[in-house]
Amino acid sequence: MATYEKDFLLQLYGGMVRVRLFEEKAADCFTKGMLAGNIHLCIGQEASVVGSNAALRPTDYITSTHRGHGHLLGKGADSKKMMAELFGKSTGYCKGKGGSMHAADVSLGILGANGIVGAGIPIATGSALASKIKGTDEVTLCFFGDGASNQGTFHESINMAAAWKLPVVYLCENNHYGVSTEIHRVTNTEDIAVRAKAYDIPGVTVDGSDVLEVYEAVKEAVEYARSGKGPYLVENVVYRWQGHYCGDPAVYRPKSYLEEAHKNDPILNFRTKLLKEGLATEAELDAVYKEKADEIEAAYEFADSSPYPDVSEAFTDVYCEDNEECVAR
Amino acid sequence: MSTLSVSKAIREGLHEEMVRDENVIVLGEDMAVMGNVFAITQGFLDEFGPLRVIDTPISESGFTGMAVGMAMRGLRPVVEWMYDDFIGVCLDPVMNQAAKMRYMTGGQVKVPIVFRAPIGAGRRNAGQHSQCLEALFTHIPGLKVVCPSTAADAKGLLKSAIRSDDPVVFLEHKLLYAKKEDIPDGEYLIPLGKADIKRPGKDLTIITWSRQVYFSLEAAETLSAQGIDAEVIDLRSLVPLDWEAIRASVQKTGNVMVVEEGARRGGIGAEIAAEIQEELFDDLDAPVARVAAANVVSPFSPPLEDAMFPHPEDIVAAAHRLLAK
Repeated sequence: MATYEKDFLLQLYGGMVRVRLFEEKAADCFTKGMLAGNIHLCIGQEASVVGSNAALRPTDYITSTHRGHGHLLGKGADSKKMMAELFGKSTGYCKGKGGSMHAADVSLGILGANGIVGAGIPIATGSALASKIKGTDEVTLCFFGDGASNQGTFHESINMAAAWKLPVVYLCENNHYGVSTEIHRVTNTEDIAVRAKAYDIPGVTVDGSDVLEVYEAVKEAVEYARSGKGPYLVENVVYRWQGHYCGDPAVYRPKSYLEEAHKNDPILNFRTKLLKEGLATEAELDAVYKEKADEIEAAYEFADSSPYPDVSEAFTDVYCEDNEECVAR
Repeated sequence: MSTLSVSKAIREGLHEEMVRDENVIVLGEDMAVMGNVFAITQGFLDEFGPLRVIDTPISESGFTGMAVGMAMRGLRPVVEWMYDDFIGVCLDPVMNQAAKMRYMTGGQVKVPIVFRAPIGAGRRNAGQHSQCLEALFTHIPGLKVVCPSTAADAKGLLKSAIRSDDPVVFLEHKLLYAKKEDIPDGEYLIPLGKADIKRPGKDLTIITWSRQVYFSLEAAETLSAQGIDAEVIDLRSLVPLDWEAIRASVQKTGNVMVVEEGARRGGIGAEIAAEIQEELFDDLDAPVARVAAANVVSPFSPPLEDAMFPHPEDIVAAAHRLLAK
């Protein structure tokens, strides 16, 4: 622990608090009927999203999933534009045209959340191939869940990345459930990382509720990928506190899952550790917490008070050229 | 003017664009060492190197999805599926990713990919290697769909497709690859969305594209000997669609048929007929006719296959039925 700067530790703590508060605010708004559609929350997975992103440079890229709010915030996304996108407002990242599952900020290297499980994996691999073709040194970090690890795109992409030594880190957040289906009911291997052996690349399973363990593992994977050695598979074992979607009662899970999940609370455990080891004071941590709470409240107010997009927006951005003709017929 | 086969014209167009823009990358099965099963990229590996001419494994879903990531990073991938039928294993990256990414991100990204694929019946390739699936692609907002018939068009349209910032599905008929035709010297582009009147006529409009352009022209000659003057329009691109060319011809002849090699049900002909009847009903002397493949699987046995998709005599017969109404 002593090897970390205090600022960095507070940054990790603040990052996790920011994601948790964002998700809790989104859930609150959803429950009150302020959000349309569906949202998928990453409460309980904050150490994975924040620790992984902390190992990246600003110029690196990520792809995300349907459970993507935390991934994007962790890569530096603006909480106001994120919340406004969830609200379907014109000030959102995608002018309200994508919503929770399609938020993106390409200027920050965020190649998008994605509503199709496993679809981000080839996109990340293509981004890594682009870096190799251009001769640049960015790494692409590809977030996906245990469910996506059973898609063909996972195997096809890792195979190509391994054959061509592409700078991509495959980051599986294994929360044990694909919607309602427990992973071992549909998968023969104990963990996901063992699949790396099939492609002769490094694979490691880490405690995804421990932000420093995640950071160290992903840092090593990112350095490996950046040095030209090829892809790396990191499996963060995490807990999904909520059901698949906000409002899902998750009756398919045993009670023990949630007990384990709460024991592994990444934020509470990290806070306790920082205090116990004298690396931060209550006052310092409370100040960070308040700063993030204020930010999320401001994000909510921004989103709530922003206007909906003009109806004409429904018909733009389908095509770059000849949009009107191609939309008409 | 020089004479080139359609496949050589496509090769020349692709080559010119690769020389012009280092962001143009070719990827697909057997594209590099072998130079493609139709020799489209022969010699490219030596000239452009393995980072720009990429042999992929047989992983269509993977490499088609990778093209989306490459395009979002500023490259211009030209992806080949060995047959358009193979879209069955890689539709998601086309339909849900490439086609929708710009819209879903509120216009943040461009996805300039060309998806090239051979299409068409008549080669006795049976049920999984003979389809004309252009109607499937036109149903997906966000995609452009181009179907050249001539060597000159194939080159000029491919160059425009590569320079387009939108994803373009570029469908090449297998039985046209060997056809040798005159093409203009030097660099030229043919814009997407401009039809070509292949034969002017006053009695009947035949709207078609790809290999059926030749069958329609053959039918028009037969009809001409019988005193019927048919106009043949090669649409060249289905999205964008040259509605002005269609409108002008319909208003001139009052009799229209759409000829296509894809299945009749839910085909392009159904769509164009509906548009014409909604917009130009008063200009019509008879209902719009469709000549299309039967709603069956492509059979292997030659006499069976020949019976399931349109030939010139089918077009002639349909013209007589139409004009008798």
